[in-house]
Amino acid sequence: MPQDSLEYKDRDKLKKLVYAVGKDGKYTGVGSSGWDPENVATKQAWDAIEEELAETMKQVQAGEVSPIAWYMQKKLMDLPLLAQYVGKWQWQVKRHMKPQVFNELSDKMLEKYASVFEITVEELKNLGKKENT
Amino acid sequence: MSTIEYNHSQHAHCESGVTANLLRHQGLDISEPMAFGIGAGIFFAHIPFIKVSGTPGSTFRTWPGAIFKRVTERLHIKAKAQKFSSPEKAMLALDQAVEAGKPTGMLSSVFYLPYLPEAFRFHFNAHNLVVYGKESNEYLVSDPVLEDVARIAPEDLAKARFAKGTPEPRGFMYNITEVPKQVDYAKAIEKGIKQTVFFMMSPPLPWFGNKAIFLLADKIRKYPTKLPPRKASLYLGNIIRMQEEIGTGGAGFRYLYAAFLQEAGEMLKRDDLQEMSAELTAIGDEWRNFAYNAARQMKARQTDVVSYDELSLLLRGCGEKEKDFFKRLGKLKW
Repeated sequence: MPQDSLEYKDRDKLKKLVYAVGKDGKYTGVGSSGWDPENVATKQAWDAIEEELAETMKQVQAGEVSPIAWYMQKKLMDLPLLAQYVGKWQWQVKRHMKPQVFNELSDKMLEKYASVFEITVEELKNLGKKENT
Repeated sequence: MSTIEYNHSQHAHCESGVTANLLRHQGLDISEPMAFGIGAGIFFAHIPFIKVSGTPGSTFRTWPGAIFKRVTERLHIKAKAQKFSSPEKAMLALDQAVEAGKPTGMLSSVFYLPYLPEAFRFHFNAHNLVVYGKESNEYLVSDPVLEDVARIAPEDLAKARFAKGTPEPRGFMYNITEVPKQVDYAKAIEKGIKQTVFFMMSPPLPWFGNKAIFLLADKIRKYPTKLPPRKASLYLGNIIRMQEEIGTGGAGFRYLYAAFLQEAGEMLKRDDLQEMSAELTAIGDEWRNFAYNAARQMKARQTDVVSYDELSLLLRGCGEKEKDFFKRLGKLKW
């Protein structure tokens, strides 16, 4: 039974049950902390998300897209899913990703997004802005 | 505040695990592999035009909810299932069920279960777990993929039960209401096996059952010419994740099903089932070999280590062997 543990986002905290044949030819459930090919696939999927987030952050900072685009990715959502969560059409959410439209959004709409993203409205508005210290 | 005396056992897969645990709670001694086999849990599908987080959808198991439904029907167990129009109603009904001493199974989104490692937390909405108590305003959870029981805050559980996306759980929850004194395993095993063979071998569409393995093999062969290397690698990775990362018990549920065939063989004193079990274990090893080589390709991100052609061939091999395997499984005498 492979025991390749991956110290990444608590993956190593869980020992999964895997079925394996013992010496007597009988199947039993065995705890496995992971298998290398599986870990490679897990890590690759997360790396792709991190890369996308870094790319989107640059666009937010450059004023090309609104923070909604970044938080959507951060929460692992896509456009159809986010639209369902905020109760809007996809084209509306797409518009809200334009900085000029985002800046005009009502407090109510901003609160809706913030609650879906599990953050405050301030955090949503200030993403990518330089700290004024 | 109430807590039900509930024996949590860890299992490979959430739905067959919850099914086995709930039935054992009612005094029916059933293993996870037995629940999985009677519920005809093993399957394969590859649907390139349905994208899940940007990658084509693949699955090694039947659709969510089917295992529990089939096991209860085949063993003549009475169960009650409910959906709700609001989180408030769903949580109230859960509180009442727990208060009444009923451990309750439910659907949830993995994304909103903070007790799971973050590495696993994607928007997957068909995760099964059991709530068996409430203590200091926290729910006591028996999640079959965990070694031990866990706790969850009511707000988190409500979110998980009312996640959006596909499928929407809508607070879906279920209890076992009545278990007969005697259950006829032989008949249930036979029905489960026949249904598995039917779903594997008969769908005329290329996306479902055994045919879909060949479809995927063809797609993989074309990845290097059709996709940028990075995307090809992510697509491959997704297959491995479906096969190994989520709770499949290894080799995309093939080992779990082989464990079922072995147990069924012992129970019914049939050597043919035992032999089929050993064969499926060998096929499972081939799936693992495919995953191993796919991961080597992903690590290198170059096409010269293990070529996509070779990966496609390995997968075809799995498809050919399973085709022969399920055909013969369907010819067993009952």
